Amino acid sequence: MRIPAILTALATLAMVCVVNEPADAERIVASLSTHRVRINSSFTGLDLVLFGTVERDGASAPRRGGYDIVVTVTGPRETVVTRRKARVAGIWVNVDSRTFVDVPSYLSVLSTKPVDKIAGPEVARRLRLGLADTLLPQQIGADVGDVVPEDPFRMAFLRLKESRGLYLESSDAVTFRTPTLYSTSIKLPAEVPIGDYDVDVKLFADNKMIDRTPSAFEIIKVGFEQFVASAARDYSTLYGLATATMALMTGWFASIVFRRD
Amino acid sequence: MQIYLPIADLSVNVFLVFAMGLAVGFISGMFGIGGGFLMTPLLIFLGVSPAVSVASVTSHIAASSFSGAINYWRRRAVDLALAMMLLAGGFIGTAMGVWLFTVLREIGQLDLAIALSYVILLSAVGGLMIAESVRAIMRERHGKPPELRRPGSHTWFHGLPFKLRFKQSRIYVSVIPVWMIGFIIGFIGAVMGIGGGFLLVPMLIYFLRVPTAVVIGTSMVLTLVTMASATVLHAVTNHLVDAVLALILMVGGVIGAQFGARAGQNMRGERLRLLLGLLVLAVGLRFSFGLVWQPADLFSIRLLEGE
Repeated sequence: MRIPAILTALATLAMVCVVNEPADAERIVASLSTHRVRINSSFTGLDLVLFGTVERDGASAPRRGGYDIVVTVTGPRETVVTRRKARVAGIWVNVDSRTFVDVPSYLSVLSTKPVDKIAGPEVARRLRLGLADTLLPQQIGADVGDVVPEDPFRMAFLRLKESRGLYLESSDAVTFRTPTLYSTSIKLPAEVPIGDYDVDVKLFADNKMIDRTPSAFEIIKVGFEQFVASAARDYSTLYGLATATMALMTGWFASIVFRRD
Repeated sequence: MQIYLPIADLSVNVFLVFAMGLAVGFISGMFGIGGGFLMTPLLIFLGVSPAVSVASVTSHIAASSFSGAINYWRRRAVDLALAMMLLAGGFIGTAMGVWLFTVLREIGQLDLAIALSYVILLSAVGGLMIAESVRAIMRERHGKPPELRRPGSHTWFHGLPFKLRFKQSRIYVSVIPVWMIGFIIGFIGAVMGIGGGFLLVPMLIYFLRVPTAVVIGTSMVLTLVTMASATVLHAVTNHLVDAVLALILMVGGVIGAQFGARAGQNMRGERLRLLLGLLVLAVGLRFSFGLVWQPADLFSIRLLEGE
């Protein structure tokens, strides 16, 4: 079911590309299997399919080294406190903390090869390709700024995010089906935050970036989940009273059902 | 069967959450405690954020304490007058506790304060209860008559003014210690995010010498009122009560509480106190191990509240 959908979309994309003949030798085209992820009561995570082609104008010769692609998926921003414990007078307490300001709640870097092998470590750092090069600004006094990649708080933050499946770097996730047709899957875990997600697809050849294209999708709650979430936010007093009443009804009902005397 | 929780924003196994509600409900029905000090850590372990856990557990406790309270009410084991007097002190205590909560959060040592007070309170209360109930059981073994209310066992607060007769509890005491107990429960409850039943039960037994059976029923009424109002307060101020999570928990909780209440009434008072003491001490020790042992990961991340 997915393959025909992809083929139809590709056919459409191909037509669009014929009309807009690019000035550069190559351009990249990307499409998502859906632009709206719906979270209902049975949501346990999802794999989104991203696919596309590398469009080449007829005159240019094919690249000898082939193409490489880096897909970056960035979720809504959030502010997170990372705390460090140390032993004080025999007990482990939080002694130190760093606040990461407006960092991605979800970040996925999918590529055809390890990012520093695609265009060299210099370019990878400049373009902030991999997780290690991602900008993670910390609150330092009154200022906000990023620190060295070896910063223990920064490393711990990345490690904890990765362990929850919210940050991901995979160097073999993007695959070429033909020399120009590629696809990858974006893994969204069950606890993925709702909101707007940006997708950035970069095309590399001969150690440099030759094209990039943006895409986006949103994650929303639907049905009962949406109803509960919006009721809790917009009608909080009523929601609280309803929950308390529900608790009393449940308790009363149980005492009726289980009444023996 | 997985279900997605709309406020907690994560997917959980319905049967696992239901079983947790059942188990905690059984314990709360048996001992007349809310069980928040057991349920909140369990939910946090599942991956629910601490704030959502505390807020949602309040409605679960309200449900299981209401079902338990009805049971005790039918058996005339509730002292309503005593419950009202305790509540009066409890409201002032809660307000003071919320104030301290805010101060501690500003200093940045709220987590440590909560963990330390869990350890100290639970270990002390658990230890005292075990010692007392073991003494009572030993006395009984040696054929000595059980230590009933002795006329000479009056303590200093029996000399205080404003005496009131609590018929159901068969006690005649000043309202001042009753208000003080209510105040302490409300204060600690607000700071630690617990109903405080596990503190109230021993306090009523040892300080006011209320019969164990009446203590449990009365404690349940108190827990019911505080937790039902806490549910509404949490929903209004933080929007963090997850109704779906709460429903699964409370359905399990009320069923468990029914069986727990029955098991509790078939058991002798001092045995019941020994079991509750062991349970409280176990949770206290668990918290102290968490403080003393090196954690598997020294780092932790938490979403900044209000974002």
